[in-house]
Amino acid sequence: MLRMEAVSKSYQHRGQVVNALDEATVHVAKGDFVSVVGPSGSGKSTLLLMLGGMLSPTSGRVLLDDQSIYDLTSDGRARLRKENIGFVFQTFNLVPYLTALENVQVPLYLAGADEKRQNETATALLERVGLGERLDHKPTELSVGQQQRVALARMLANDPAVILADEPTGNLDPETADQVIRFFEEFNEEGRTIVMVTHDPRAAASAKKTLRLRDGKIVSAGKGEITSPRIGPSSLHVA
Amino acid sequence: MTLRTLVWRELFERKSQMLTCFLAIFLGITTVVAIRNVTHYSEKAVALEMDNLGANVLVLPKSATLQDYYSADMNEETIPEEYVMRLTMSEIQGVDNLSPKLCVPVDLRGKQFALTGILPKSEFQAKAAWGGAGIFSRPIGCGVVDVAAEAEPDDKKIQVRKQVIKDLGSHEILIGPDVANSLGIKESDSLTLLGEEFSVVAVLPETGTIDDSRIFAHLHTVQRLSGKDAVVNCIEIIGCCKEIRAGLVDKVNKLLPDAKVVTVKQVVATQQNVNDMMGRLSVIFLVIIVVVGGAGIANYMYANVFERRREIGTLMALGAESGLVLRIFLAKALLLGLAGGIGGFVIGTTLAVTLGPRLAGVTVLPMPVLALWAVGISTGIALAASFFPARRAARLDPVATFQEI
Repeated sequence: MLRMEAVSKSYQHRGQVVNALDEATVHVAKGDFVSVVGPSGSGKSTLLLMLGGMLSPTSGRVLLDDQSIYDLTSDGRARLRKENIGFVFQTFNLVPYLTALENVQVPLYLAGADEKRQNETATALLERVGLGERLDHKPTELSVGQQQRVALARMLANDPAVILADEPTGNLDPETADQVIRFFEEFNEEGRTIVMVTHDPRAAASAKKTLRLRDGKIVSAGKGEITSPRIGPSSLHVA
Repeated sequence: MTLRTLVWRELFERKSQMLTCFLAIFLGITTVVAIRNVTHYSEKAVALEMDNLGANVLVLPKSATLQDYYSADMNEETIPEEYVMRLTMSEIQGVDNLSPKLCVPVDLRGKQFALTGILPKSEFQAKAAWGGAGIFSRPIGCGVVDVAAEAEPDDKKIQVRKQVIKDLGSHEILIGPDVANSLGIKESDSLTLLGEEFSVVAVLPETGTIDDSRIFAHLHTVQRLSGKDAVVNCIEIIGCCKEIRAGLVDKVNKLLPDAKVVTVKQVVATQQNVNDMMGRLSVIFLVIIVVVGGAGIANYMYANVFERRREIGTLMALGAESGLVLRIFLAKALLLGLAGGIGGFVIGTTLAVTLGPRLAGVTVLPMPVLALWAVGISTGIALAASFFPARRAARLDPVATFQEI
């Protein structure tokens, strides 16, 4: 479903070339749940952003269902995200001046849904994450756990096949983190493909597969499931 | 969720910024609307005053002086009546009306009066060549006298004052109040002048000028009775102030080299100076709101884009295309422009109506057309100033939503 083929990302920092990702080859199959772990600066978020069509590689290709993402225009990639990908952010990234209901309506509005459908779908999703009583609350009126649940409801709004999550439990207390992890397991059981960057061992353990990165290179896959031969310096087939 | 909700909610999220930006537009538009409104009515008042003053350009024989004209406008020197046709047929702009006059003294019951021959407007229209190419077919720009639409059926007194009279029969006369009083004549009476009988069609109101002791008759009748050919003593011209300043007198001089062309320069210049000053003030304020207001809005929008880059990145990560981001910022600018324009029009008009009479000494009425003008200017400035910040927002990298990058 999601593939990276010999993808590198380098940039200049104070005259020095920094390799954020080095010849990474990854294949994430449909319905998989992959956690991406590694120390800070190892390239986890770079990998996630590239899979989401938000950061173009210096070399290599990224494909979603055989469509080379970076052969599309930036608006084309935006449409691809709208139709296929749901993002979850560490800091939730809720729009501060919109209520919980309106935040969940945003992706539906972007997809062209009418107001009635926006309202019904957003209400149902917020009820699913246990916030049926908080529809008209603004983010500042909600706890961090509740904010992340609003973000989860927003992510589900357009029924994405792929979920990309960047440290979804990073700002949460253990209890709320467990709750969010259970939601991810539930989403995966529904058939959604999940790639989750995390520092949280419990969150990583909840995934079916684990990718470990160090200095921009994929160094290993957890649970011993490397199933394809190495293609380049850091190659991994997670299936 | 609609575009309107997104824009509206964000506007009120940052109230103080919104208010500052709104005030920049609002105050500028208020000032310009107030000045434009007062200037318009001041110009109208000046135009009316000029109209009441009568002629402001005179074509006289070479030897005559302006003093001669004001004292009695009677002298032996004449100029050909044909000059009227030359002026009428010429391409000179800014001539609102022409009034040729021939004055001869008449003795009535032992008293001397001035019999003044004037040419009614119907005489101009009767000559097809004049009507087709002359001044009556030109647009009249300075608003002093609308010759084509001015005449009202029983308005001859006013018409004479304005140097325009629509019809005057060959044996009809208009008399000044001094003449009427000293001879005990009323309207519809008959009067014998130079051996012919005339009917009095109107007694003119008192003006305190030489006109009070005049008797007005058809120019051609006066020419015939006085035994003169097609000549006149003077041609009074009501010229547009702006055109006079732009060299109308020189143009007439060039056209009629054998005549003397003079203007009541002082009056025209003073009145025009006031209008020019108001006009310049209005332009200065317009420039100020374009520069200060525009820069203020641009600055606000750039700051707004910077503050919201995370939010914009989030929207893009959720699938917002660049066109939508552009629309979000331009719609916000449009709202601010509309609010500033409408508010500025309302308050500017209120100020003009209430303060105009005190400041400019004229009655000022609301001008609905300024609403369109105000809204057009304010939204134009707001949109133009916001375009580049909005484009920057639309081109933002969605990566900004992630903290680690």
